[in-house]
Amino acid sequence: MSYLAKPKFHHPAIPVNELGFTHRDYEGAISTLCAGCGHDSISAAIIHACFELSIPPHRVAKLSGIGCSSKTPTYFLGQSHGFNTVHGRMPSVLTGANLANRELTYLGVSGDGDSASIGIGQFVHAIRRGVNMVYIVENNGVYGLTKGQFSATADQGSKSKKGVANADSPIDMVAMALQLGATYVGRSFSGDKAQLVPLIKGAFEHRGAAFIDCISPCVAFNNHAGSTKSFDYVRAHNAALNTLDVITGRAPITADYEPGESRTVRLHDGGSIRLRKLDASHDVTDRATALSAIHRHNAAGEIVTGLLYCEEDSHDLHDRLGTVDGPLNRLGAAELCPGVEILERINASLR
Amino acid sequence: MQPTNTVNPDYFHKVVDCQWACPAHTPVPEYIRLIAAERYGDAYMINWRSNVFPGILGRTCDRPCEPACRRGRVEEQPVAICRLKRVAADYKEDIRHLLPRPTARNGKRVACLGAGPASLTVARDLAPLGYEVVVFDQDPFGGGMMRTQIPRFRLPESVIDEEVGYVLELGVELRQKRIESMREMLAMGFDAMFVGTGAPRGRELDIPGRREAAANIHIGIDWLSSVSFGHIAKIGKRVIVLGGGNTAMDCCRSSRRLGGEDVKVVVRSGFEEMKASPWEKEDAQSEGIPILNWLVPKEFTHDNGRLTGVIFEKVKAVRDARGHRDLVPTGEPDQHIACDDVLVAVGQENAFPWIETDLGMEFDRWGMPKVDETTFQCSIPGVFFGGDSAFGPKNIIWAVAHGHEAAVSIDKYCHGENIAERPSPLTNLVSQKMGIHEWTYDNGVANDLRYKVPHKDAAIALKDIRVEVELGYDDKLAFKEAQRCLNCDVQTVFEEKLCIECDACADICPEDCITFAPNGEEPELRGRLMAPSDNLTQDLYVSAELPTKRIMVKDEDLCLHCGFCAERCPTGAWDMRKFRLDTTQAGDGCRSKA
Repeated sequence: MSYLAKPKFHHPAIPVNELGFTHRDYEGAISTLCAGCGHDSISAAIIHACFELSIPPHRVAKLSGIGCSSKTPTYFLGQSHGFNTVHGRMPSVLTGANLANRELTYLGVSGDGDSASIGIGQFVHAIRRGVNMVYIVENNGVYGLTKGQFSATADQGSKSKKGVANADSPIDMVAMALQLGATYVGRSFSGDKAQLVPLIKGAFEHRGAAFIDCISPCVAFNNHAGSTKSFDYVRAHNAALNTLDVITGRAPITADYEPGESRTVRLHDGGSIRLRKLDASHDVTDRATALSAIHRHNAAGEIVTGLLYCEEDSHDLHDRLGTVDGPLNRLGAAELCPGVEILERINASLR
Repeated sequence: MQPTNTVNPDYFHKVVDCQWACPAHTPVPEYIRLIAAERYGDAYMINWRSNVFPGILGRTCDRPCEPACRRGRVEEQPVAICRLKRVAADYKEDIRHLLPRPTARNGKRVACLGAGPASLTVARDLAPLGYEVVVFDQDPFGGGMMRTQIPRFRLPESVIDEEVGYVLELGVELRQKRIESMREMLAMGFDAMFVGTGAPRGRELDIPGRREAAANIHIGIDWLSSVSFGHIAKIGKRVIVLGGGNTAMDCCRSSRRLGGEDVKVVVRSGFEEMKASPWEKEDAQSEGIPILNWLVPKEFTHDNGRLTGVIFEKVKAVRDARGHRDLVPTGEPDQHIACDDVLVAVGQENAFPWIETDLGMEFDRWGMPKVDETTFQCSIPGVFFGGDSAFGPKNIIWAVAHGHEAAVSIDKYCHGENIAERPSPLTNLVSQKMGIHEWTYDNGVANDLRYKVPHKDAAIALKDIRVEVELGYDDKLAFKEAQRCLNCDVQTVFEEKLCIECDACADICPEDCITFAPNGEEPELRGRLMAPSDNLTQDLYVSAELPTKRIMVKDEDLCLHCGFCAERCPTGAWDMRKFRLDTTQAGDGCRSKA
């Protein structure tokens, strides 16, 4: 970790986005995580995704729980709203915030401990309710802050730094999210920004519960031989289904792809994701194919990454509940107290 | 691209932009850190070894280091390197005990002709080795043009006395003698001779009226030298200085102090193309001296031999088909500017009327002795040239650099060695790591803009030509200015064997210098880096291929040397290592059979 603030100077010719910001404007305070932590790479990927999408930082709410991963929102989007919740309770706080103000962009950042153990119930219900959010689990398979005990996502048989093998079955967050009805599901690796940045961009552009499981090696406690979440292991066993380019409705881009290898998936607001298939058999809009791909690659000892599933015409919590269009803080007395006549009508309907 | 060969001393040397640009390769960041640590004497000695005249150069250097300074690319202005050098000289403790002591004579005798910076450098390098060095000069004191041509308000005599003194006290003999014959000098039987007689002839301006009005038309450098020796103490109220170089700036500012009230500098070229350093132009203008451009002197007007003014033709610059710039008349009517005195500072030349043509010395087509650019030897073995007398007028720091190289040649020559074989520099590369995030140097980057050097109140400064205008930084300003230095000598060193490709360095780098990407040819690779990479004078630092078939590419251009890459690296693949390069000077180190 570093004590010093990152120097303010930046390259004079780095690009600016539609809002006139450089990627440096999306940074936060300097990270106090261990040097080389995968989580810092994910923070950098979030910074680049927000920069490239020209997201106004003050329209983002970043929420997290407890753990190394949940510290990271301090290290990006320094101009955004933030909420550091009780351990494992980020999903309900995020759900509440989203219900109160649907106009912000919600980013939930959590870890394998926060979401797969103490907060698993919260995770499950936020996903099944279809809260419009980007939910990223920074998954390193260990409890880093308490010196490297196995977490619930550690693979059976993988070894701790001291050489002890994990006896329990792992929770596969991606498979759970799919079963729970998440409408955008991906898995990636902190050491592969070329895949991770567009995956995060697609999640931001998606409406509904977007879930990304990002394997993020813990350099202090889980980057050794015998670990299945180390840089070397993930690189050697990575089975990427596709690479993707996110095209926003605001700034369409054209790129050439060889026919038969690409597929376009619609997003909301006129955007789309252009996928280059690496695995021709994978249909990204079919939930069952996604689940079977996960199981097939798991059986082969591989880690499947990329965009696994995306529902094109998804709906979110507000659509299902039929809530008002705007944020609650903009409702005036007229909307909140519609008058005696309306009350009479409601009472009459209940008789 | 092939992996960068950092064993070549030039690679890391080039990263230290200031040191690379300095003709004498002074280790600039090293002495700036010592100034920040208030170790002024040590900072002075680093300078003294490299450039011999820190106090003089800290006031007068042409500072090629400053336009090169990386800080000038990162923000607006470079570090005030030159004025920090003066700080070292101003606040140092007594450093006499750190100077070399005269040693037993080695039986070799060397003559240095002229007592300017080049000759004194040769003497400084050779005397401590046991050489008997005799410096000949027409004046009774050493210093050459530093003493005669640089006005006292820029360079007090005490500073010259002190630093010339350090050289002469090494057992160097200064002999007053007007040199009139090379044959005579050669006959004196020295083992080697160094000619450092400068460029003593001011260029003439032969236009109508020159001869008739001669009483009030002066050659700039001669006039400055007469002022310097007190032979001239007054000038007319209205003065025109012709020329756009630093000598012209010294002439106009001296005139302001000797009674000139309406002093103008008139230059043929445009303001930007003038040879004078930007800061010297600024200083002249701030003393109320207008600089008039695009005016070519045509005629001196006079009233029966009494100068009345100068007629100028108005010109503009036109580029011909081959891109050469020509000055052509604009067609506007000529301009007459009235004046009482004219100072002609339109250039100076080397002149060797005292070198006989039948000595076997080869001359070039301009009639100058042919001098080897590496060894500084002319066609007569054992006779060396340096400073302005070698390749025409430059400045003090170049004269010093020539002197060091010539001293190496003389030392090798006197030991019967091949002078064409040049010694390599002494280099050292040492990790600065003290802890997880602790370094021996202050790696926090100061955001401060360049601090102005305080000046003496103009009303006082303009009254007396001996009052130094610049006051120099005080210790607090010096510290703040020193903190602006980016420590470019503390190199980012990458060891690919240790890299796990976690991207932490690329993520944290404030200047986006670092990229991990597939290899390619340089022009194409530069197009794929994290940030635009279009400064082709700055190298790419390239690693061998990493396990993911990518390479690490670092664009050296804007690196702040903040060490964040090394602080964020979990495996120590990045390290901050201080690169020290000392040029090899005369002595055992420069000889192959030491």
